[in-house]
Amino acid sequence: MIVTPAGRWTSRIWLALGLVFLYLPIVALVVFSFTDSPVPNVWAGFSLRWYAKLAGDDEIRAGLFLSLKIAAATASAAVVLGTLAAFSLERFGRFRGRALFSGMASAPLVMPEVIVGLSLLLMLVSFQRMFGFPERGMATIWLGHLLVGLAYATVVVSARLRDLNPQFEEAAQDLGARPTQVFLLVTLPMIGQSLAAAWLLTFTLSLDDVVMSAFLSGPGSTTLPLVIFSRARLGLDPTVNALATVVVAVVAVFVIGSSYLIAVRERRRQRQQQAALKGGG
Amino acid sequence: MKPALVEGGAGERPRWRGLPGGRRLVIGMPYLWLLLFFLLPFLIVLRISFAEMDGATISNLVSFADQDLVFRLKLGNYATIFQDDIYWSAYGRSLMYAGVTTVFCLLIGYPFAYFMARASAAVQPLLLMAVMLPFWTSFLLRVYAWKGLLDAQTGWVGRLLIHLHADHLLLALGLIPSAGEFMYSPFSLVLGMVYTYLPFMLLPLYATLAKLDLNLLEAAQDLGATPWQAFWRVTVPISRSGIIAGSMLVFIPCVGEYVIPELLGGPETLMIGRVLWDEFFSNNDWPLASGVAVIMVLLIIVPLAIFNNSQAKVARA
Repeated sequence: MIVTPAGRWTSRIWLALGLVFLYLPIVALVVFSFTDSPVPNVWAGFSLRWYAKLAGDDEIRAGLFLSLKIAAATASAAVVLGTLAAFSLERFGRFRGRALFSGMASAPLVMPEVIVGLSLLLMLVSFQRMFGFPERGMATIWLGHLLVGLAYATVVVSARLRDLNPQFEEAAQDLGARPTQVFLLVTLPMIGQSLAAAWLLTFTLSLDDVVMSAFLSGPGSTTLPLVIFSRARLGLDPTVNALATVVVAVVAVFVIGSSYLIAVRERRRQRQQQAALKGGG
Repeated sequence: MKPALVEGGAGERPRWRGLPGGRRLVIGMPYLWLLLFFLLPFLIVLRISFAEMDGATISNLVSFADQDLVFRLKLGNYATIFQDDIYWSAYGRSLMYAGVTTVFCLLIGYPFAYFMARASAAVQPLLLMAVMLPFWTSFLLRVYAWKGLLDAQTGWVGRLLIHLHADHLLLALGLIPSAGEFMYSPFSLVLGMVYTYLPFMLLPLYATLAKLDLNLLEAAQDLGATPWQAFWRVTVPISRSGIIAGSMLVFIPCVGEYVIPELLGGPETLMIGRVLWDEFFSNNDWPLASGVAVIMVLLIIVPLAIFNNSQAKVARA
């Protein structure tokens, strides 16, 4: 391929502008969280006053704890169900109703949340009329988040299963391992990284969700995004900026740290695999 | 030939059949869960959309003839939706804004993904990481940030646009209410949606473009194609499944988007997600909200089918 200098510069500039576009809001959130101005969005010297205010904000704290609980429960259940779904779709060939299954598993990825939230709520309400439960609250929010999370977890785990060399699983089976053993001893360690990625992704999605939570929450179960959303609707609030900065910091440390760990483990695993293959050949 | 083909083709699959009960269990659990919490709720919404909220409307209709009564009773919500201009204009606007957002995501995203896929092997994972990272930070907070950025007096982007006199252009196009005012307009709405959904366009595009065999382009050029021809007749067709998947990942959720229009849109950008929300939460009219949802599903059912198809294609590739 001939790449002209002009082409190279177009490429660099386009990529740079795209990244600026993606990161500008995050930078602005962080910068203005440190402003000393009572009016948000104006720089008036450095201060930590909005962080002090954030620390004393009971509404945000209660919302955060509730959201973290729901997000952890959502992510864990989504990874289990998503792995089962991905395994069914990638390893079992054809079965009756497969088309419906794969359609249902991926539709929540794109389905507008107002529709999913509304329909789930109306079903839960009719359940409640018939059986007297469930009450709207944490559990119903969890159900809704799990529906979207399951779709994302299935996509992530499916992609990994598809790339996986089936020879390892076949070898284990030829050596007499039962299907459960094959899964636990061979498949699971090899897809572990994608399970972690799916867990983190569904965790963040749940932690961020407004629409489903609004439909499915009951009195006293106001999640963090619902608190932020109601404040953001009213106008700018530097406490929200401070919160955003904390989120960005936690995410940055977590993502960079975990991707480093994953890279290290992946390299070790590949070395072991290569050694095993060489030894066998 | 045939038996060998069957054996070879399906050779790896039946291995997992060693545990027939287990196989059924593995498929059955997520399947049942989805039937119960994804499909059944839709059927309930469909059913409720054909119902009336309370008895008052029934008594109004008693005077009508029997056949007519049944008909009117059942389609009352749809009649309301079809007759009232609010609903139709909201549906139309939602489709239009979703379409415009998809086009802009493609225009910005395709070159971005293309250049990303052509970047050196060392830079590519970093770029991919850079595109993924905003995913992990709250989308709600990032949309909220645009409220500040677009402020004409204090926002970075707002001031830059005024400095470049871009506000006059936007005003001439009818995208902002007045010069020097960017918020709560079609402009801020589309900007927010393009911003939010751009990564959803980038990732499938990058996935297909990264797999492109550069030898194909060289072959095309050796056969006398200009780089431009090679791009349109080799690169674009090969990335077709990525274009379709990305466009659907942007278009479908945008049609029903609620949060972004609520934070960045204005009175003239009323979209159908907000209409549904208001029917449900403010008017407490559940059957009407269900009717709005059912029509929305009908509008996106073709894109949904295309999306599912493209997912399967990406999977096979």
